Amino acid sequence: MGNKQTIFTDEQLDAYQDCTFFTRKEILRLHGRYHELAPHLVPMDYTNDPDCKLPLALIVNMPELKENPFRNRIVEAFSEDGAGNLSFNEFVDMFSVLSEMAPRELKAIYAFKIYDFNVDNYLCKEDLEKTLNKLTKEELTPEEVELVCEKTIEEADLDGDNKLSFTDFENMISRAPDFLSTFHIRI
Amino acid sequence: MPRKNLAAELEEVGIEIDGEVSDSDDSGTRKRANRRPAAKRGGAKGRGRGADEDEDDEDEEEDEAPRGRRKKKPTKKRRDASDDEDDSEDETPKKKRGGAANKKKGGKAQDSDEEDRKDKGKDKDDDKDMKKKKKKKKDESSSDSSSHSDDEEEESLSEGEMARLKEEVEEKKKLIANIRNKPWRMKRRLMHLKEAQTFVDKFEGALGKGKGRKWYAYKVMMTKKWIKFQRDFENFRTACIPWESRIKEVESHFGSSVASYFIFLRWMYGMNLVLFGFTFGLVVIPEVLMGLPYGSVPRKTVPRAEQPTAQDYSVLMDFQGYCKYSVMFYGYYNDQRTIGLLKFRLPLSYLMVGIGTFGYSLMVVIRTMAKNADVGGGDGDEGEFTFSWKMFTSWDYLIGNAETADNKYASITTSFKESIVDEQENQKDENIHLRRFLRVLANFLIICSLGGSGYLIYFVVKRSQEFATRDDLSWYEKNEVEIIMSLLGLLCPPLFETIAELEDYHPRIALKWQLGRIFALFLGNLYTFLFALFDEVNTKLEQEQAIKNSSIWAMKEYYANYSRLVNDSEATPPPMDPADVIRGPCWETAVGIEFVKLTVSDIQVTYLTILIGDFARAVIVRFLNYCWCWDLEAGFPSYGEFDISGNVLGLVFNQGMIWMGAFYAPGLVGINVLRLLSSMYYQCWAVMATNVPHERVFKASKSNNFYMGLLLLILFLSLLPVVYTIMTLPPSFDCGPFSGKAKMFDVIMETIDLDLPAFMGTIFSYAANPGLIIPAVLLMVLAIYYLNSVSEAYQNSNMELKKKMQMARDEEKNRRNNTDSTNQVMKDLEDLLPNRSLIPLAPPPEPEKIPEPQAKPTKTKPGSAGKGVNLEKDVALASTNPNTRGPVSRPPGPRGPGSMAGPGGGQGRGRGRGPPLR
Repeated sequence: MGNKQTIFTDEQLDAYQDCTFFTRKEILRLHGRYHELAPHLVPMDYTNDPDCKLPLALIVNMPELKENPFRNRIVEAFSEDGAGNLSFNEFVDMFSVLSEMAPRELKAIYAFKIYDFNVDNYLCKEDLEKTLNKLTKEELTPEEVELVCEKTIEEADLDGDNKLSFTDFENMISRAPDFLSTFHIRI
Repeated sequence: MPRKNLAAELEEVGIEIDGEVSDSDDSGTRKRANRRPAAKRGGAKGRGRGADEDEDDEDEEEDEAPRGRRKKKPTKKRRDASDDEDDSEDETPKKKRGGAANKKKGGKAQDSDEEDRKDKGKDKDDDKDMKKKKKKKKDESSSDSSSHSDDEEEESLSEGEMARLKEEVEEKKKLIANIRNKPWRMKRRLMHLKEAQTFVDKFEGALGKGKGRKWYAYKVMMTKKWIKFQRDFENFRTACIPWESRIKEVESHFGSSVASYFIFLRWMYGMNLVLFGFTFGLVVIPEVLMGLPYGSVPRKTVPRAEQPTAQDYSVLMDFQGYCKYSVMFYGYYNDQRTIGLLKFRLPLSYLMVGIGTFGYSLMVVIRTMAKNADVGGGDGDEGEFTFSWKMFTSWDYLIGNAETADNKYASITTSFKESIVDEQENQKDENIHLRRFLRVLANFLIICSLGGSGYLIYFVVKRSQEFATRDDLSWYEKNEVEIIMSLLGLLCPPLFETIAELEDYHPRIALKWQLGRIFALFLGNLYTFLFALFDEVNTKLEQEQAIKNSSIWAMKEYYANYSRLVNDSEATPPPMDPADVIRGPCWETAVGIEFVKLTVSDIQVTYLTILIGDFARAVIVRFLNYCWCWDLEAGFPSYGEFDISGNVLGLVFNQGMIWMGAFYAPGLVGINVLRLLSSMYYQCWAVMATNVPHERVFKASKSNNFYMGLLLLILFLSLLPVVYTIMTLPPSFDCGPFSGKAKMFDVIMETIDLDLPAFMGTIFSYAANPGLIIPAVLLMVLAIYYLNSVSEAYQNSNMELKKKMQMARDEEKNRRNNTDSTNQVMKDLEDLLPNRSLIPLAPPPEPEKIPEPQAKPTKTKPGSAGKGVNLEKDVALASTNPNTRGPVSRPPGPRGPGSMAGPGGGQGRGRGRGPPLR
């Protein structure tokens, strides 16, 4: 980037490398992608932390997220205002958590937030139904949905309050063999 | 941190600070004004809370924080008052340090959010303090007078403070190392990082004294450089992995299951590249460079009878003619003990590379398996979380292709349906007798076809031996063995799949059966082929004896004739033309040729299958669809799927042949490397161009080790015949590096006798004594037994520990329910709740958020801009603390009672947490 134009200062890049699971090149690439989403909004020069946010609708259309049934939830979970407006920091944060290198515990926390549709820090039946319908494109009959949700709660709910707290979720997800391999996005 | 960098950095910082200072006057006063009542409140609460017994530890923290603040205040005031004066220099640092230490005490609990938030303002000030101080320090170091005060400052640090400081620095460092694992917002992370770095930078240097200090700074600098180097190296290494983007592309279109094949292929390519390096570097290249040239000795010359046809295409394609007498095969190598100027011991190197190939492969396969097993970790109690796992982990976030996504939706739906059906019919399972009968029948059929195919191969190989003696062969008769074997490999797997439908197993189990059966077929074929080959070798060995005699006789005859013709007994006869010497059959080269032919025909069949089965089919389906009476794409032929199991097994089987054949045909390794390389590009292209994603999703994580297991098995099986031939069969008398020896491994004996000092020979002879070997074997068996029992014991204790952990977790859970204790993760989670007040300009209400209207007012009501979460927490606590009973039935924390508790009540009752800032 030296020959072109400085996007970040070296300190910024180092800080980003410390705070995320990305290499210098990947961070620059991420900025490129971010810039690409709205070239007229996002400045090329990030050395003085411009305040700029991109709305959910733009980010959701990235090819990495386009096919994901939980795309809106992912973006919302990582935005500070909860409505899906992402600053570059949050954007990097999102892909850092979803990168291959992120540890299971970290991923579990954000997965929980993603599946928590009504943002009450519990996965209740309503959340599960929404999750299931998104996963199957609503092809299951209501009875089947009911059965699956009941079975899920029955399996994972250890304290018997008929909804999944984060501890329940973590306990369940920490043993899932595929969680790490499926809960990541390459960018 | 080196001074120069510091200086450079500080110049920037200085500018920044100047900017900040200007506004810090009003904001700072405002903040302080805010903080004072807050501290008062905290203190008051602390006093009032003395009566309360429930949250003692929190009290301590609480008290600590205000004290810190109180202590800091004068310092700050002074700074404000005399910003540029240097005379306060001597005591400010100390106090500041004290303040920092105090803050750090909070920082120990610094995972605690509340604390952090409360400290936020303070942190900012601290930051400023630090920067300011650093700036001053720099100024000082430039001037003479200040160095004196600097020293003074150093001495003013007591030992205890030093130790504490060191501890803090360590803590900060740990924070820096782990910051990326913290579930915080990026802004907060960056802030903490900056703060920690400044702290470390600032105090790390202060820790050493005098000379030590410089050394320390140097060490710190070097550590930083080292870390940077490591990072760069890591970047470089990831950039070096080949085909990463290619595989990613396949992965994003076809999911991780298909990509697992390509990753396996890449792994295989890496391993073969190393084998290739060994073989070519230590055997082939030395022979080419330093060995005798072509045509110098009989073994390196095409016999006169074959010469007219030796360059024909068909002959070369059969690896006869010039191919047979080339560096590719065993027979070409000479039995000179050393070659060239370097005295390279080629025969020894040949044997060592042959054995080393196996040694290296074994090591790599086993190490990879162990690593994979490590990653797999707990093999998870299946069935415990079937539905939850399906619900939360079945979507592959990598999918970025609409078609794949559709397939994934479908497969998830079907898998859910399957599980539902399983769940419902778990108990029923009425027709168990019929099912059992069908399974037995299926197995019977498959064993029959396996046996049949085995016999067919044996028969064909036998027949090919008959053909070998004849000349008038058609193309089919020449290549019968390869054709039959490839056909079997092509036809049997679908047949097995059809038969397996009788069994009605769960698809995953069915898949494993399928893999096992195809593997058995391949293995059976391979072994039948091998036995037939051994027959051939034995007949050749018998022939050889006769030819050897006749060859010697012919040689004598030649010399006798020569001396009789020339009539001069003194004249040494010119050596016989190498093309005319009578040759033995050279069974090693024959075996090598068989393997090379098999490999090449396998490559051809694989590539043609892809070309016809996938590409032609795709083209036909795609373009005939415009003028056909039914929908070709959705209907009967449709597009091909990528056959992962078949491809992986093909790869494994092929590798087995390479291992077996490499000893007799060193060129085979090169052919294989080319094959893998081309296959990578070809199959990547084919998969992207002609295939459609799978309907049945293949678990990539576990099957990888299954493949490795197959590879290990085939490695072991291919090790046996090679070792057998090396150890027992006599090498041919007139070809190959071991000709003239009774056994191949005599080369080693020879080296020991001739090249090593005499005592080594005696040592080896002792070592080879059965009296030593048997105890050694016994010892190894004992060691294996011991290690095995130890690992079992570990497993048991592992299980016990798991159980205990589970119990502890349950207990913890119960306790948590009752006391609502300060769970760190929960706090982080709550911190991550969206901050509504940040939404720019009244966003349109989204349908999803409508269901919880009560939650919103609680968050935004108190007018605490940005601190809604904090309040919410207070409210939750306030509502839950009184009733320690029946936590289970209470409604979700933030909602119900939240709306009732007004801002005043929330603050008043929110004990244990600091009041919201601002």
